[in-house]
Amino acid sequence: MSARFGVVVFPGSNCDRDCLHVLHEVLGCPAEFVWHESEDLSGFDVVVLPGGFSYGDYLRPGAVAATSPVVRAVKHFAAAGGLVLGICNGFQVLTEAGLLPGALLRNRGATFRCEWVSLRVERSDTPFTALYEPGEVVRMPIAHGDGRYHAPEEVAEELERCRQVVFRYVDNRGRTTAEGNPNGSVHHIAGVVNRAGNVLGLMPHPERCAEEVLGGTDGRRLFESVHRWAAHAAGRVP
Amino acid sequence: MEVNKRVRVVVFLKPGVLDAQGQAVQTGLRALGFEAEEVRVGKAFELSVPADGWRQRVRELCERFLTNPLIEQYEVHEREEVPGR
Repeated sequence: MSARFGVVVFPGSNCDRDCLHVLHEVLGCPAEFVWHESEDLSGFDVVVLPGGFSYGDYLRPGAVAATSPVVRAVKHFAAAGGLVLGICNGFQVLTEAGLLPGALLRNRGATFRCEWVSLRVERSDTPFTALYEPGEVVRMPIAHGDGRYHAPEEVAEELERCRQVVFRYVDNRGRTTAEGNPNGSVHHIAGVVNRAGNVLGLMPHPERCAEEVLGGTDGRRLFESVHRWAAHAAGRVP
Repeated sequence: MEVNKRVRVVVFLKPGVLDAQGQAVQTGLRALGFEAEEVRVGKAFELSVPADGWRQRVRELCERFLTNPLIEQYEVHEREEVPGR
């Protein structure tokens, strides 16, 4: 048996099928869509908030989605220790919902960035990164206009102290340089976890680099990590 | 008949938070030969709420939804009273 995944679908989600494809076809584990009006997450070990432009990015990216019934349910799910993964717009939803600290602002330069980036995996002791080496540099695609992670400096310092920064933008030699930071995020932050470690948000798209045919497989281990972790936790060791 | 209060809410990124859109607009203005500094792009909302206790209600809806208090600040401009439903 394996972990059961729910992939949330908001009006305007556009990476929901990609996530479901990776979970079904690459990992071979049970996964199904969860409509944004649903409040029932009882069958799932992991909930994925996918990328896209929920509600047309009106007001602020993720702001309207954060008021939806399913996000109310996600708050309860996370409070009970359920694993929650927010990718790109899903990360924006998690910050707007108050499940992760900080906010995602218009990229520095106000341009939409669609490219491969290098990321340093800062922690491998989370449910989402157990199959990476700490300090490992991986490649993942980004595709966003509003990905500049922002938090007041004291909040960013607190994130560092509590080791909540999981992915950081680096250059191709693994250094945190201005050139390696595609959107101007503070502390080069690409992904953070909550204090408890069961909610991860990241701007890069691991589901777009989970198969060789897509040009890279570094994202696959993220899904495999969370899959194994959740399966162990649920007593359904894969 | 119930009375509503019409308000206009103006939102800007807080000072010190980089406004990438404002910078792009400034670049455009300069390209056209206009001298402009410190360009900031905000947004405005207009809405009618029940007149009774409107200040408190508008403050709540601004802080819970219309703005993200971590990054944005807002001003409420009082407008006319209008008939409610």
